Amino acid sequence: VPPRGQLQLVPTCLVNEFHPDAGMAVARILERLGFDIHVPDGITCCGQPAYNAGFHDDARQVARHTLDVLTATEGPIVVPSGSCSDMLVHQYGELFRDHPADAERARGVAGRCREFSQFVAAHGGTEIGARLAPMRVAYHPSCHLLRGLGISREPQALIRSIEGVEPVPFAEQEECCGFGGLFSIKNPEISASMLDRKLAAVMVSGADRLVSCDLGCLLHLAGGLRRRGSTIATQHLAELMDEGLA
Amino acid sequence: MTTAFQARARAAIGNHQLHVALDRTTALLGLRRSTAVGSLDDFESVRSHARHAKMELLRHLGDSLRAFEERLLENGAQVHWADTGADANRIIVEIATRAGVRRVAKGKSMASEETHLNEALEHAGITVIETDLGEYIVQLANDRPSHIIMPIVHMTKEDVGLLMHERMHVPYSDDTQVLAQYARERLREEFLRAEMGVTGANFGVVENGTICLVTNEGNGRMVTTLPRVHVVLMGIEKLVPTMADLDRFLKLLARSATGQKLTAYTTLIRGPRRAGDDCGPEDVHVVLLDNGRTTILAGETAEILGCIRCGACLNACPVYRTIGGHAYGDVYPGPVGAIVTPGLRGIAHHAELPGASTLCGACRDVCPVRLDIPRMLLALRQEAVKETAQPIALRAGLKAFAAIASRPRAYRAAMKVMRRVLRARATDGWISRAPGLAAGWTASRDLKAPAAQTFEDRWRAYRAQRDAS
Repeated sequence: VPPRGQLQLVPTCLVNEFHPDAGMAVARILERLGFDIHVPDGITCCGQPAYNAGFHDDARQVARHTLDVLTATEGPIVVPSGSCSDMLVHQYGELFRDHPADAERARGVAGRCREFSQFVAAHGGTEIGARLAPMRVAYHPSCHLLRGLGISREPQALIRSIEGVEPVPFAEQEECCGFGGLFSIKNPEISASMLDRKLAAVMVSGADRLVSCDLGCLLHLAGGLRRRGSTIATQHLAELMDEGLA
Repeated sequence: MTTAFQARARAAIGNHQLHVALDRTTALLGLRRSTAVGSLDDFESVRSHARHAKMELLRHLGDSLRAFEERLLENGAQVHWADTGADANRIIVEIATRAGVRRVAKGKSMASEETHLNEALEHAGITVIETDLGEYIVQLANDRPSHIIMPIVHMTKEDVGLLMHERMHVPYSDDTQVLAQYARERLREEFLRAEMGVTGANFGVVENGTICLVTNEGNGRMVTTLPRVHVVLMGIEKLVPTMADLDRFLKLLARSATGQKLTAYTTLIRGPRRAGDDCGPEDVHVVLLDNGRTTILAGETAEILGCIRCGACLNACPVYRTIGGHAYGDVYPGPVGAIVTPGLRGIAHHAELPGASTLCGACRDVCPVRLDIPRMLLALRQEAVKETAQPIALRAGLKAFAAIASRPRAYRAAMKVMRRVLRARATDGWISRAPGLAAGWTASRDLKAPAAQTFEDRWRAYRAQRDAS
């Protein structure tokens, strides 16, 4: 593969602390596509938890740090999360509406930022020859990816491109899983009831795996499946693809 | 600490009957909506035009209201301005008293729910009958509506059969046709006896002072033609500029609300009975209600005044579908209610409503006027943080998070502690009972323990190994 220049991989805090396997899978796929991967020095969190909770001063403090880190780098910024991407692409503009200098920096970063499936699908990700033993895979479109960024075709095309994988639909596939970050902490019962509805649909779909592009949803879904005694495995899309390349 | 909202939500979640009823109706309406939207070739462009017209109108609402009032007066209607709900009620009671009215027949009106008009009229010794089938049943049950267009979405047909059997002394049935017939017979008498009709308005057309009402039962037409006095109670945001705009809004409203191309009855009212008319009221009064709307207009959520009350966001909302309308604690439920209620009543007593959302955006997708509901929910969360008490653990936690997350070394150290603490509680990599804020989480799902080694550490090791080879 000819070298395609460098890119910045923002692992996201959930991948970094809870599920580095997904980050490694992302990195291996991006390398295979010919990119020189950098993980920006000093990257922490995008500030979304504080932002969504309404603590915008706190969120701005974190977001400024993230902008400091990212503006010092070059190349595309790849983020393996729909919700963190949406934060960088759409919400920073809102957060810095009354702060023109930061807003300008945020626009620059937003322009470079791509969610994982979006970036990979645009750079030949469907033609890397991933193959797996026959299995049925259900895809959970995370809300910020689907409705925030409007990305729907790309992850599904990537799933379909893996030999041996049969995508299985399920009822109300595009409905939220009830995670919502702090929502699931502040309103755990409402969240759990939404999760019940989602998992009931997934469990009758006949899926062997449940795949998504957001660690938040995946941790929620995985924790729910485990509590319900299900054997359906959850994976980030990058892990499924990476497994097919091993 | 369990708040009033959480207590109501919990009760709703435990109510199996409610879920059956909610599931049936919201899924059906959602499906009908998407089919109906597909039946309009240029849905997206109609949506864009409608949004543009409404947002422009709101920018010059004062001018539009003055023009609308002039047209109404030219048409022979009488115009009243109500700053508050109490003002609106007082005005309407006065109109009724002066006209010697003893019985009022009402069409469906969310504005009258908002002002609690029925209680005010009854307090003045006037009998009020709701004539919309759903609202009639709500009144019969001494209940409150739980959906903007389907007031009894929380009831099954079996519930209604039992209620009618008990309150109307008719044979029990769970056949909706039979139940509707029971109500229809009773309501027919009421239409003929009522001296005053009260309705809301779906739209008011600025260019010619037309009041537009849509119904599927025809009760709107009866209420506005049979009684000798007609009172329209409408929010000041209900205006559309022209008849051409009205056409667009009607297309959007019917499709978004019930999945129809057009509601069964579209009533256009332009003043009282004229010489030579066979029917119609002698007097038409239009009460224009502010009740907090100008406050909303001046703030971050002004956009919500573009809402045409179709209810599509309720049917699409996974939270509404889980907790139903009553849990929202006021007249307007669902995503729109989570914005309108704090706007009209103040954030102080409704600070949790904007938080009762995962920001999934399903509401924004189906909104015929493309209102950015998630953006407004976020704005209100910010307002709630500024103006109301927040759990100290959350406030302190986020403050600490911000301080730490903007200092990479401190962040790494703090995360390391977090990982160690959580990993110590884990068995086989999973935590099944977490303490403190996360206790609710682990009540119904396991929590994956953090990794022993972060991605960054693994990445560095991987890089070093590869560079060495």
